[in-house]
Amino acid sequence: MDIIFNGKPRETQASITIQELLDQMQLDCMQVVVEHNKNIIPRQRLAETVMNDGDSLEVIHFVGGG
Amino acid sequence: MDKLIIAGRSFSSRLMVGTGKFSSNETMVAAMEGSASEIVTVALRRVDVDNPDDSLLTHIDPKRYLLLPNTSGARDAEEAIRLARIARAAGCEPWIKLEVTPDPYYLLPDPIETLKAAEVLVKEGFIVLPYINADPVLAKHLQEVGTATVMPLGSPIGTNKGVRNRDNIAIIIEQAIVPVVVDAGLGAPSHAAEAMEMGADAVLVNTALAVARNPGAMGVAFKKGVEAGREAYLAGLGKQQDKAEASSPLTGFLGK
Repeated sequence: MDIIFNGKPRETQASITIQELLDQMQLDCMQVVVEHNKNIIPRQRLAETVMNDGDSLEVIHFVGGG
Repeated sequence: MDKLIIAGRSFSSRLMVGTGKFSSNETMVAAMEGSASEIVTVALRRVDVDNPDDSLLTHIDPKRYLLLPNTSGARDAEEAIRLARIARAAGCEPWIKLEVTPDPYYLLPDPIETLKAAEVLVKEGFIVLPYINADPVLAKHLQEVGTATVMPLGSPIGTNKGVRNRDNIAIIIEQAIVPVVVDAGLGAPSHAAEAMEMGADAVLVNTALAVARNPGAMGVAFKKGVEAGREAYLAGLGKQQDKAEASSPLTGFLGK
């Protein structure tokens, strides 16, 4: 299925959870915040949140800034 | 130096530093340590999965520094509120440097959207430190909705021009019921000292440290500038006047 990951289209397996996707991309869930269809998903719910075709995901982290 | 108190929390340093634009994490840490800051700002951006880097936070000791996430990149109140909520979800304390800068050339803050966002974020329990142009009326409105500070700019972000709006900043300081943090444009320790001499409660510096040949040493220099300015303010500066007034006695020997 196709999702929008950080603003860009990306193909993933069907019914993947957010945690599985983060694991595949080697992203540490403790270092990021995830927005699923513009809703913030608390870390403890990443493993139970299943993505659907067309969903959007934003994975955000801290960078240097003033 | 006397303590800085923001939202009931006490700080020994009156110098906040930003973490952007440093050539390496090592120079960033050197600047933070040299400055003796206790508050450091960070930004929120998308993870770049094609160019993974180590996490910024592994370089910032949470026991030593209060992390102050900013809402940089937000062009309106809605985007700023979204960023603030993301920062809180990251596990930060609910402190937020509110920035709404729709204009990419001068990065001047939008007063209307900033006030709107501040009102919502204060209600949601955030400790809001809004970045503003040096507008005393806006500063009053923000304090009325419950912001923890006001942060007027000295000059546009990254310009290193110093305090170019002294008169308005002086009015903000005179009328403030919360700490005034002069943020943006401070390019030299003398600029920081000037803001502190005027009675600002703190300053925030990023670019001047990040672009210095030696960011660690520049951190130390800014620390000294801030301390000198604060101490001079507390000691009481003399008034300026146009005519000379002799420091030495004019009578008692030569002349009359």
